[in-house]
Amino acid sequence: MNSVSDTQPSVGDHGEETTRRDFIHLMAIGATGAAVLAVGVPAIHQLNPDASVRALATKEVDISAIDIGQAIKVMWQGKPVFIRRRTEEEINAAGETPISALKDSKSRNENLTGSEEATDTNRVVKPEWMIVVGVCTHLGCVPLGTDEGDSRGEYNGWFCPCHGSHYDIAGRIRKGPAPENLIIPPYEFVSDTVVKIG
Amino acid sequence: MSHESTYVPGSAIERWLDKRLPIIRLGYDSFGDFPTPKNLNYWYTFGGILSVCLVIQIVTGIILAMHYTPHVDYAFESVEHIMRDVNYGDIMRYAHANGASMFFIAVYLHMFRGLYYGSYKDPREMLWIIGVVIFILMMATAFMGYVLPWGQMSYWGATVITSLFSAIPLIGDSLKTLLWGGYSVDNPTLNRFYALHYLLPFLIAGAVILHIWALHIPGNANPTGVEVKSKKDTLPFHPYYTVKDGFAIVVFFILFAAFLFYMPNSLGHPDNYIPANPLVTPEHIVPEWYFLPFYAMLRAIDFNFLFISSKLGGVIVMFSSLIILFFLPWLDRSKVRSHRYRSTAAKLWFVLFVADCVFLGWLGGQVAEQPFILFSQLATAFYFIYLLVILPLLGLMETPKELPKSISEDVLSNTKKKAAISATPEPVAQPAE
Ligand code: HEM
Ligand code: FES
Repeated sequence: MNSVSDTQPSVGDHGEETTRRDFIHLMAIGATGAAVLAVGVPAIHQLNPDASVRALATKEVDISAIDIGQAIKVMWQGKPVFIRRRTEEEINAAGETPISALKDSKSRNENLTGSEEATDTNRVVKPEWMIVVGVCTHLGCVPLGTDEGDSRGEYNGWFCPCHGSHYDIAGRIRKGPAPENLIIPPYEFVSDTVVKIG
Repeated sequence: MSHESTYVPGSAIERWLDKRLPIIRLGYDSFGDFPTPKNLNYWYTFGGILSVCLVIQIVTGIILAMHYTPHVDYAFESVEHIMRDVNYGDIMRYAHANGASMFFIAVYLHMFRGLYYGSYKDPREMLWIIGVVIFILMMATAFMGYVLPWGQMSYWGATVITSLFSAIPLIGDSLKTLLWGGYSVDNPTLNRFYALHYLLPFLIAGAVILHIWALHIPGNANPTGVEVKSKKDTLPFHPYYTVKDGFAIVVFFILFAAFLFYMPNSLGHPDNYIPANPLVTPEHIVPEWYFLPFYAMLRAIDFNFLFISSKLGGVIVMFSSLIILFFLPWLDRSKVRSHRYRSTAAKLWFVLFVADCVFLGWLGGQVAEQPFILFSQLATAFYFIYLLVILPLLGLMETPKELPKSISEDVLSNTKKKAAISATPEPVAQPAE
């Protein structure tokens, strides 16, 4: 420092005073900071889903072949979606479950705001069709229960074998480490037999 | 003890180079003449073994990279291609996969060595801290490497572990999408993991250089925990420790070769020979063995605690179990470094702690059901209680045994004792070590 400042007559003994050099330092630091930000934002944001990934955001599914009591899995955004055609008894059972018996009382329905009560009605568009994202809200495994012969867990819905989460027939978490109900993806019925997810 | 350089350039070329870039001097001072305590035992050979492990991983890794394709449609096939078609490809791949396990065997022994001999204590705190950084980098590297063959365990292991980040309040979900580059683990994820898996070992190599630098400032500790007092306490690194380390490396290679040539798949999971399928989760997701203790701690938290959900709680506990290691130099209040001179109680607690870590590893491989969850909770609790409560208290309460005056004195008295016990007709003092 001194060897440089010695040659700067303006510094002298007014160490406390703001000098032109302080100003230059400030500007240099500011400009470097701005440059780091300007480079950093693209450098990080490139990690986010790219245009081709985002383009796969919707999917139409023909559901005419699913019988009552059956379920299928389809891929949407790289994730499985379960489409189950529920029986009369299953719909009734789901409707009778009191909110107080639920671990997560929010609907998690992306067609609504997601935070209303997790009644069965708030989890469906048509009661017969239970459509949920097949990703366990714990750590992302695909719960069993969609295929014929799968274990459906203690609540007769889905069962995640990874760490033992039990979901009911409305995809609501009832037991195990998962914190939230299975998410209901945004979807609409294009016709009686075609549903558009996303 | 950054010692005086004793390097004398032997030839005109060396003299010329020494003036411009004293790199031979650096090598000579660090690994030739470096004064090393004369009582280091085989627990001190793991540093050298680890360096060899790193080289093996980098060399075999670069070879594999020449034949591997990081794309979800080809990754699995390209690994099979390496195994079946590439000349010596199977050996290369098995060496890399088993090499990672060997690396972790060595690092765990290296760390328990540090724990037992109190190697992390003043003035070697930075050395220890850099070691923990290396350990964490190793874990990240191994995790991402395991994703590359794109088998079922690759895919689902990646899904479960990256989903941990979604437990972070507010930003968790966006962070997860950012990590994935999509809405699930997919091609973008595989690509970036490959890029990082290639990069991280070189960061580890950089950290190892810092690690050895930090080692060479105070010099090695040793089993007595008594600092080097005079030249009599040391031997030049070469040939004494190059030979000792070399011998240990050969023994280590025998173990490595046993896995590599006779049971190359014994440490892996058979499900990883099934191509990744995003629609089907394997019945039982288990990480590689070296992650099991941490996995057990993650799963142990199956209850909400205050405002912390079970999911976030598990993540916090798992990461804390690593972070806490950084603070070990200050948690251990013992007046002496080495357990050799500590109370029987301290030794017993230490043995329990090691057993607890092994037990956690076993639990991590079990299904997430009772009674294993309860056991995991107890073992996790003990892990933290040992490090946070028992270790500090022991140091404050115990009276350590008397330390030898110097390393030399200790070595000589050991030799005398041995001679007396064996009571052979020739009680001639043998040269130490
Ligand atoms: C790639 C991984 C690593 C390499 C290549 C490496 C290398 C070395 C080498 C060559 C030594 C000197 C020889 C010896 O005392 O064993 C050493 C010492 C040491 N290492 Fe590491 N190390 C690694 C990881 C770690 C880790 C993960 C820790 C602990 C968290 C650690 C803690 C220490 C300590 C405390 C010492 C000083 C031992 C003493 O002199 O008493 N190292 N390391
Ligand atoms: S991922 Fe489903 S229970 Fe953990």
